[in-house]
Amino acid sequence: MLVSEVNNLTNYISMLVEKYGNGRQALIPVLQEIQNRYGHISDVAQQEIARLLDIHPVEVYGVTTFYHFFNAKQRAKYNIRLCKTISCDLANKDGIARTLERELGIKFGEITSDERFSLEYVSCVGMCDQGPAMLVNNEVYAKLTPRKVVEILDELKVR
Amino acid sequence: MTDNAFNNKTSNSQQTSNNGGQVSGNNGKTVDIEIDGRKYNVPYGISILQACRMQKINIPTLCFHPDLCVTGSCRICLVEIEGMRTLQASCSYSITQPIKIHTTSEKVRKARRTILDLMISDHYGECYTCERNGNCQLQKLAKEYGVDYYRFGHVEEPFYEIDNSSYAIVRDMNKCILCRRCVRTCTDLQAVGVLEAVNRGYDTKITTFLDKPLEEVICINCGQCINRCPTGALKEKDSSDEVWQAIDNPKKHVVIQTAPSPRAAIGEEFGLPPGNSLTGELNTALKMMGFDRVFDTNFTADLTIMEEGTELLLRLKSALVDKNPNVKLPQLTSCSPGWIKFIEYFYPEYVDHLSTAKSPQQMFGAVIKTFYAQEANIDPKDIVSVSLMPCTAKKYECNRPEMNSSGLKDVDFALTTRELAQMIKEAGIYLPELPKSTFDEPFGEASGAGLIFGATGGVMEAALRTAYELVTGRPVPFENLDITPCRGMEGVRQASVHLENVKPEWSFLEGVDLNFMIAHGTANAKKVMEALKRGELSNIHFIEIMACPGGCIGGGGEPIPTSLEIRKKRAEAIYKEDEGLPIRKSHENPHVKYIYEKFLTEGPCGHLSHKLLHTSYVKRGSYIV
Amino acid sequence: MPILNKAIVFDKENFGDGLKKALQMTPDDILLTVKNSILKGRGGAGFPTGVKWVAAAATPSDKKYVVCNADEGEPGTFKDRVLLTEFTEQVYNGMIICGYSIGAHYGFVYLRGEYSYMREHMEKTLEDMRNSNRLGKNILGSGFDFDIEIRLGSGAYVCGEESALIESLEGLRGEPRNRPPYPVDRGYLGYPTVVNNVETLATVPIIINKGVEWFTSIGTEKSKGSKLISVSGDVEFPGVYEIPYGTTIAEVLDIVGAKDVKAVQVGGASGVCIPEEDLARNISFEDVPTGGSIIVFNHSRDMLKILKNFMEFFTEESCGQCTPCRIGNKKLLDGINLIEEGKCSVQYLRELISLGEIMQIASKCGLGQSSPNSFITIMTHFGDEILANY
Repeated sequence: MLVSEVNNLTNYISMLVEKYGNGRQALIPVLQEIQNRYGHISDVAQQEIARLLDIHPVEVYGVTTFYHFFNAKQRAKYNIRLCKTISCDLANKDGIARTLERELGIKFGEITSDERFSLEYVSCVGMCDQGPAMLVNNEVYAKLTPRKVVEILDELKVR
Repeated sequence: MTDNAFNNKTSNSQQTSNNGGQVSGNNGKTVDIEIDGRKYNVPYGISILQACRMQKINIPTLCFHPDLCVTGSCRICLVEIEGMRTLQASCSYSITQPIKIHTTSEKVRKARRTILDLMISDHYGECYTCERNGNCQLQKLAKEYGVDYYRFGHVEEPFYEIDNSSYAIVRDMNKCILCRRCVRTCTDLQAVGVLEAVNRGYDTKITTFLDKPLEEVICINCGQCINRCPTGALKEKDSSDEVWQAIDNPKKHVVIQTAPSPRAAIGEEFGLPPGNSLTGELNTALKMMGFDRVFDTNFTADLTIMEEGTELLLRLKSALVDKNPNVKLPQLTSCSPGWIKFIEYFYPEYVDHLSTAKSPQQMFGAVIKTFYAQEANIDPKDIVSVSLMPCTAKKYECNRPEMNSSGLKDVDFALTTRELAQMIKEAGIYLPELPKSTFDEPFGEASGAGLIFGATGGVMEAALRTAYELVTGRPVPFENLDITPCRGMEGVRQASVHLENVKPEWSFLEGVDLNFMIAHGTANAKKVMEALKRGELSNIHFIEIMACPGGCIGGGGEPIPTSLEIRKKRAEAIYKEDEGLPIRKSHENPHVKYIYEKFLTEGPCGHLSHKLLHTSYVKRGSYIV
Repeated sequence: MPILNKAIVFDKENFGDGLKKALQMTPDDILLTVKNSILKGRGGAGFPTGVKWVAAAATPSDKKYVVCNADEGEPGTFKDRVLLTEFTEQVYNGMIICGYSIGAHYGFVYLRGEYSYMREHMEKTLEDMRNSNRLGKNILGSGFDFDIEIRLGSGAYVCGEESALIESLEGLRGEPRNRPPYPVDRGYLGYPTVVNNVETLATVPIIINKGVEWFTSIGTEKSKGSKLISVSGDVEFPGVYEIPYGTTIAEVLDIVGAKDVKAVQVGGASGVCIPEEDLARNISFEDVPTGGSIIVFNHSRDMLKILKNFMEFFTEESCGQCTPCRIGNKKLLDGINLIEEGKCSVQYLRELISLGEIMQIASKCGLGQSSPNSFITIMTHFGDEILANY
């Protein structure tokens, strides 16, 4: 990372620590904000957070790897998470999965070469009555059909 | 004298999350309970495990360790409590009501056996190629519970790569049972924070920041994690093969220096209870194995006292006479390489407070390949210098780039107590029954002051025995030279010694209270350094800090297992051995006098002393990326 | 989409101004009311709410906390989604009433990360309440201060367990704690903390408004009141329904338009699988309890694939701290894979069922204790069918 990038990051984290407090309880809200802004939590960010909250870097690492929604690697612009749990599975989530893979040209767990889309599975998102359902970043799309999925992707591609 | 703000009265460590078990506020209340049908009256709030151990009822444990806070994650110590559907972990369930406990019911037996079967199904490696064969807690429980087949399958291929990067510690996570003892040791007990559980569920593993090799993160090599690991997942880097090679090579002159702490503890590796010093027997064993010379590290411990004591007095003179504002006081001891790395990483700005004196091991390394080589008429290139240490950090220390003042690598190999015990067994020798023999000349004698370096407070006591007499001309005013304020196991201790009627050349110390502190375990070192940062220690002159709890007798290379009781017994052995010696003060050691007369002619802190016996440090800082 | 059938407790006519009424009572009166209503936790564990609140009130401390457990992660459960969007203020009122009765002045809503799209609405409701003096300092002139903060989860089902939730609030890995001590003695940062489900908290103001007699007239002897259930799977009308405790599963299936039913999973992945011969059993704490999840399977469904879905879920969501859950769930999943490949002997299957039974009593928290439930019930009722097919 460039020195200027590191400085910006440090300033941003300092501001967050001021907002949420400098105790351990602030860790997860701070990580969430960094994840939202940068799309991932870099090595340097983890070390800086540790320094400012007076905890060990490996403890931050332990927390970021525990929770599913924190990424160490840069995420795509649109992170698509398809629910794979039972009710969506019964409602044919496999068909939706195949559609997504086909339309984006990648498999689950991968990211498109232009870094616009990534695909992953996620556990029950609470839309079991309207499955199959998926999250795109923080937005939820339910009652999916292959045709609807294509429409959604088309809309995201030009957004 | 030790009841100060540093010492935590409730526990001997800070707590990571997941404390539970200890309900505070005993205040003399008791509870009537039943264990296995028999009635007992126990203090309110203790855990079931403690209650059972008080009555000598056996409950197996794996993640529980007396030095660490309770986790309750391995689920081996489960017991059945009447009226509760689920089994409870006895290490964490505190007794606050009359309950009926069953420690050997069918459910308990089956549960413990199932949990063992699960652990074994996930554990890669055969016992006979493992460092801990015969001393492994998982192996012991498997035998006790009659495990005789792989109920849930077995791991055929290693899943993780072995981390061999560090000079001192090797991590093999294939054998890890995720008891989290190493995590609690490194984070709570030592306040270093190198290891933590990472990922979730079945993918959980114990690793370092960003999963980097140990050498690339802020590990201080203290090895306390090895002492507490129940399996062979953590072990020291083994140098025994290279040492055998040197011994077997007729062209090499192999010398070994032995430290007092391994001598006080090595008996445990042969089945003796802790607290028996086998110094004489060890000398015989080493000669039988083929070492050409056996020296006593206490000799250079005495030398360290001369060098470091002089350095302190010079700093005091600079402060009190020259009124130099830049003089670095308090002076911090420098013989613990784990502590050195700790301060280099976490408090690099205070590195100049360290004494520049090397540790006894490294001083000996330099002296052997210069002075001894001269006296014995041997080419230093043919000398292989080995040390027996209770310490894993010494393996790193002897490889530090600065440690070559003799022109060659000063100490070639540092062996831990455990490694040497295994070598002795490999040579077919049963140590405890050997006849005693002496150390070899020209370093055959050492004082008791050098010997007590092994216990926490020992360096301070040795330094005071010499410094006080040097300054006042009288021995320290303590009966039998036992400076009891220095002794004991409390984390941070503080005391002072009043200097009066001093000799004329030390007149600037007349009426001065020499204030000193002692800390052991890096968590306590952290407390001291934080106090130093806050400016609270401006009137302290000298601080002894040892990285390992208990001092060197609790070092990372000492026999496993460890506990406060065991460390106390080893310390007692050290003090007893000191009392039995004819010479108890470093400056009275005739060999010390000899080396200053013949070799280090400018005296302590002179030019040659600085070249050979002093070193410098690196301001590392704690940034990893 | 709100409740699909006629609401019983959650009828808007029952709401009144429960908060105002509560603040005019004494804390002890509220505790007595909640205790006498025999209200039990609606999140799945079913612990008596009154007992919990009384214990927290009794612990002396200068700070206490109320936590609303909105980490609805059990597969098939989405009733809190409806409560948090349609009945938001009721939930908050329940939190304030709880705080008032136990002596807490601060509350958290632990909202699962997957529901972050609701956050804006929930924050706005808080703002509105602050502006109308129904939150913050001197609520409704009562002299009682209480404020609420929303904290997001980050994708961990195990954080629905109350002590893991508290660990997560403290910035740690969501690994459950040793209990005792319970959160009501030592919870968030060591202070007494009450953790309650969304539905439990939303029910409280209604009980305060309508009274204990009315509430205890609904339901069965040991399960008072009603339950919101979220029905999904092979049904014509999936969604959230409200049923009085004691309703049979068959009656539920009638309401939701389920035909040709092979099995019903009551209580989500950690619940039990009820085969078609047992559909006369009823939803209650005495018989088949649920946190809300009811998933219906028709005769076209392969029970092994369903079981595999459940065990994959648990293997992924286990926190990994205790041995039986971490390795046990993996072994159960591996066993299912073996069955799929036709390589699992009946002998080994029996071993796995024993393993499941041990996990139920040896695991450290509810996840490990209930993850074998589906394995054991599906194998018991459908074992023959599965082994015949593979």
